[in-house]
Amino acid sequence: MAEKMFMQALGMGISEEMRADPKVFLMGEDVRASVYGAATGLHDEFGDDRVLNTPLSENGFFGAAVGAAAVGMRPVVETLTSFMWVGMDQLVSQAAKMRYMFGGQATLPVVFRAVMYYGGGSAAHHSDRSYPVFMNIGGLKVVAPGTPADAKGLMKTAIRDNDPVIMFEDGTLLGTRGEVPDDPDFTVPFGVANILRPGTDVTVVAIAGSVPHAVAAAEEMAKEDVSVEVIDPRTLVPLDKETILNSVGKTGRLVVADPAAKVCSAASEIMSIVGEEAFWDLQAPMQKVASKQVHIPFAQSLEKLVYPTRDGIIEAIKKTLG
Amino acid sequence: MTTNISKDLLLLMLERMWRIRHFELKLTEMYNAGEIGGVHLYIGEEAVAVGACAAMKDSDYIAGNHRSHGHPIAKGANLNKAMAEILGRIDGYCKGKGGSMHLADFSVGILGESGIVASSVPVATGAALASKLQGEDFVSAVFFGDGASNQGACHEAMNLASVWNLPVIFICENNQYAVTTSYRDTVAVEHISDRAQAYNMPGVLVDGQDAIAMYEATAEAVQRARNGEGPTLIEALTYRFEEHSLGLEKIRKSEYREDNEIAEWRRRDPLDLLTKSMVESGTVTQAECDAISAAAHAAVEEAAEFARNSPVPDESELYKDMFFSEMPVV
Repeated sequence: MAEKMFMQALGMGISEEMRADPKVFLMGEDVRASVYGAATGLHDEFGDDRVLNTPLSENGFFGAAVGAAAVGMRPVVETLTSFMWVGMDQLVSQAAKMRYMFGGQATLPVVFRAVMYYGGGSAAHHSDRSYPVFMNIGGLKVVAPGTPADAKGLMKTAIRDNDPVIMFEDGTLLGTRGEVPDDPDFTVPFGVANILRPGTDVTVVAIAGSVPHAVAAAEEMAKEDVSVEVIDPRTLVPLDKETILNSVGKTGRLVVADPAAKVCSAASEIMSIVGEEAFWDLQAPMQKVASKQVHIPFAQSLEKLVYPTRDGIIEAIKKTLG
Repeated sequence: MTTNISKDLLLLMLERMWRIRHFELKLTEMYNAGEIGGVHLYIGEEAVAVGACAAMKDSDYIAGNHRSHGHPIAKGANLNKAMAEILGRIDGYCKGKGGSMHLADFSVGILGESGIVASSVPVATGAALASKLQGEDFVSAVFFGDGASNQGACHEAMNLASVWNLPVIFICENNQYAVTTSYRDTVAVEHISDRAQAYNMPGVLVDGQDAIAMYEATAEAVQRARNGEGPTLIEALTYRFEEHSLGLEKIRKSEYREDNEIAEWRRRDPLDLLTKSMVESGTVTQAECDAISAAAHAAVEEAAEFARNSPVPDESELYKDMFFSEMPVV
């Protein structure tokens, strides 16, 4: 076990799986130079045939990854959330739907690594947090790690998985550090939430970049003798609703923190499930701490108002306490 | 049409063309009887799929489009399962979950038939990428229309295939009209095959009514692909004898095609052309050709009965096949 950055942990997950399975290869724009950092060293180690620079053609190379997967390869595609819109037809019409539409004949072990940059003054075309869109489509597994260890463990599970997976890599977490197991057999299963901090008074479900804010909020509330349970679902499809429902059964109070825009967010779905299945456990209205329903403005004075923060989560926790 | 294709292969081609033709005629009959809804017929274009697939091996892959009853049959798909799929029955290729526009038999090397035009072009390119990366010798081919040729996915895939030198054959079935719009109003070059120059690959214009010409052009492209010489764009000039889909003539009185244009193309029926060529060259007798047609007709009738007798999918099927292993969807 060693302390690693989130970004290094992603790279460890990819390189270990590339060593273990010759059918795994990486493709994307500028991956050989590892412009985004997680692919550092991969081209040197694995060479031209396993690390492919693509043209700027998301519809073309997303689809090529689907086709390669359909005949037995295990492609890992690096892209940005904001560039996924350009290749949406391949993600939705092919990757997501082929298996069902062809009655189970198509098996597509492909991973789309969607780097999710936001919060750094990149404006509306480079700041998308788009995972709720893909939760809605179906047929895609949607992964959003919140810690470096999960970044590695979920990446490995994604590459070994036989379904199309979109791995949302939160840009605000890439530089965070944490203990990451060196063991190449370490993986994190899909559909199992992580209870980051146990508590008894309020449940906070936090997604991706909201995780550190939720933990900080819980630490702050502890000073006021409020015991907050922080849950990171880690995968949104499949979603470990049992862990969330059990926690709400214990605390009776729910806050969901989600960097996606508020309307039809992952938080919306989680709160809908709790409303349908655990309404009588609730002792106070549920609180949603999601991004404001606006495009991402360039000016820092405006952008800083958009995303969930520690203080916003604290305020929501206090609301549930009345 | 002189050729040195073996008699066996010519007979196989004729048989598969007749299987497609009778399949489509049967669907027309079933549509008129109210048994099925509107589907896109391949009548008039049979030589394209059959000529191309005859030049490929079983281990090669193809992908198709919304007008793709012909492609799986040309690749050797089972008619019973194809018909059952169109009727939405459990014994269909896709257990009734795909239907007419997704008539894919993966066991004979089909990568899927896409209802979104041009969407399967990048997918077929990816199969060719897998072939190259693994040092295999299989190739892939994708069939798309003149309308699809204007989609970005088509251009992106062709460029990608060329820069990576992939063993893929792009087969544009130019049937002249994207629903009602002539390609002459939507394509900036004279021939779609001219676009190959922009991707630095050979562009070949072929008479798509001539199965032997299609076979020969595809065989050459397949050879290039297997030799590591990269992709080819083939434009097959052809014509859909019927409307865009069954039923469309009832909802729109369309005059986008002149009667004499339709009649002109019908005079070049691909089945007649291949039959005439084989009979005139002494390869087969007219009686043998008639027997092939009759056998195909019988196989299609049997497929229709098989499909009608197949159960509809049970409610328990609804959530199956969303994922590799079943898991709660929500």
